[in-house]
Amino acid sequence: MAKYLMSVWGADSIYEEENYGYASEEEMMRSFEATGKFNDKLQQEGYFVFADGLDAAKTATVVDGQGEKPVITDGPYAEAKEYMAGFWIIDVPDLDVALKLAAEASAACLGKVEVRPMQTGPEA
Amino acid sequence: MTSIAEAITRAHQEEWARVVASLARRFGDLDIAEEAAAEAFTVAVERWPLDGVPPNPGAWLTTTANRRAIDRIRRESKRDDKQKEAVAMHDDTPHEPLGAIEDDRLRLLFTCCHPALAPEARIALTLRMVGGLTVPEIANAFLVQETTMGQRITRAKNKIKAAHIPYRVPEAADLPERVSGVLAVLFLVFNEGYLSSGDHENPVRGDLTLEAIRLTRLVRVLLPEDGEVAGLLALMLLIEARRTARVSANGELVRLDEQDRGAWDLALIGEGHALVRERLAVVANGGPRPGRYQILAAINAVHTSVRDARDTDWSQIVALYDQLIRVDSSPIVRLNRAIAVAELDGPEVALAEIDRHLGSSLDEYHALHATRADLLRRLGRSAESRAAYDRALELAENSAEVALLTRRRDQLGRA
Repeated sequence: MAKYLMSVWGADSIYEEENYGYASEEEMMRSFEATGKFNDKLQQEGYFVFADGLDAAKTATVVDGQGEKPVITDGPYAEAKEYMAGFWIIDVPDLDVALKLAAEASAACLGKVEVRPMQTGPEA
Repeated sequence: MTSIAEAITRAHQEEWARVVASLARRFGDLDIAEEAAAEAFTVAVERWPLDGVPPNPGAWLTTTANRRAIDRIRRESKRDDKQKEAVAMHDDTPHEPLGAIEDDRLRLLFTCCHPALAPEARIALTLRMVGGLTVPEIANAFLVQETTMGQRITRAKNKIKAAHIPYRVPEAADLPERVSGVLAVLFLVFNEGYLSSGDHENPVRGDLTLEAIRLTRLVRVLLPEDGEVAGLLALMLLIEARRTARVSANGELVRLDEQDRGAWDLALIGEGHALVRERLAVVANGGPRPGRYQILAAINAVHTSVRDARDTDWSQIVALYDQLIRVDSSPIVRLNRAIAVAELDGPEVALAEIDRHLGSSLDEYHALHATRADLLRRLGRSAESRAAYDRALELAENSAEVALLTRRRDQLGRA
C-alpha cells in the first residue's frame, strides 16, 4: 500500500464569497453532499486516512524555529494565486487506484485535484 | 558485418525488451533492469566473439543480466541497508490474469506509457526501455541535448518509483483507454520519423519509422485481437511502403498523386492490405466498430490499391473520412476530408470547407495554408495562392515540405 495526498486548490478570495466560490448555493450543497458520499465510500473501501477542508491561507502563520528564538510571521509560507483549500490522505495499492479516486474526488468537490505520493514507501 | 555482430544485433532487437521486462518484474526497479540489461549486452559483445554465440541468446542474456542486477543490489545493500528500495515498484496487487496477454513486455510498455507521465517522457522511456535505443540515439532523433534527454528519462523513472506507478497490465475495464495511450506513443514516434519536425538534415527518419513499426508488431503479438493495434500496424506499413517515393532526389516532398508508384514497397503494401482485410472481416461479422487507426489504414489501403493516382476511388475515401469524423472530429481530420472532397467535387467546394477553419487553431498549421494555396492555384487565383504559400512556408518546418512549397509558389505566374 502507498499513501498519497490528494489536494484541492483555490483562490483565497473564495472564503469571502457567499458560496465559497461555487456558482450558487444549490451547487455548493450538491458538492458538499457528493464529497460526503465520496468520503463514506473511501472509508468503506479502507482507503481513507484523513480528510478536511482548510481555512483561508491568510489565517496561516509561519514559524522559523531554526534560530535561537522562533520567528513568527503572519500569512502563508509563499504568496500564490491559489492555495490548498482542502485535502485527503489516502492509503491505496498504487497510483492507478489513486488516480481513479482523484477523478471521483474532483467530480464531487468541483475542482482539480493534485495527487502527490508520500515519501514513506510501501510497508514490507 | 560478421555473423557474431549480426547475432548481437539480432539479439538486441529481439531480446532487449524481454530482458528489461523480466528483470523489472523480478527486481521491481526499472533502473536496475535497464542498467543490468545494458551490462549483459556489453558482456555479450566481449564474450561471444571468444566463446561463440550461445545456443539460446535470450536465456544467456537474461541470466547474465540477473547476475549483474543481484551484484548491484548486494553492493547497494552493503552500502546502506536499504534493500527494500529495490522492491519499491512492487507487484503485490491482486489482479485477474488476462491469459495470453500476460507478458512482462506488455507490463513494461504500459508502465512506460502511463498517463501520469508527460507525453514526451512516455516516448523517450518507451524507446529506451522497450525499444532499447540508447540515450544519445533518442536525443538525436528528437533534436534534444543528450543531457536533457538523459534527465527526462531519469525523471520519468524516478516518478514511476516514487508515485508507485504499477508494473502491470491494466484491468480489463481500463484496457481500451490504456492501449490507445500506448498506440498514441507509437504513432508519435512513427510520425516524428515520417515527417521530422525541426531543422533536421533528414526530412524522413527511417530509423524512427522502422522502430515504431517494430514496437507495434510487438504489441500486435501481445494483443492479437485488438483491432486498433492491427489498424495502427497496417497504417504504418502502408505509409512506410511509400517512404522512398515520398522524397525526390533533390530532397523535395513528392505528393501522393505525383509519386513514382513503381518505387512503392509491394511487400509492405501486401501486408498492410491483409491486415485491413482482416479487420473488415471482423467488422462485417459484427465485431466492434473500427476506431481511428483502422479507418485511417482503410483510407491508405484505398490509396495504395491503384497503380495510377487517377484511378483513386475518391468517393470511397470521402466516405471513410465521414466515418472517421464520427470518431475523431478534430479540425485536422476535417482538413483532410476537404482535400479528398476537392478531388470528388472540385476545388471550389473544398476551399469553402477549408476557409471555415481560418482563424481557428488550425490557422497555425502549415498544411491548412498549403492546401488552400494548392486549391487557389487550381482555381487560377494566383495572388491569393501566393499569399497562402507564403503563410504555409512561414509555418512549415520539414525541409522536404519547404522545398516543395517553395517550388510551387515560384511556379505561380507573376500576379
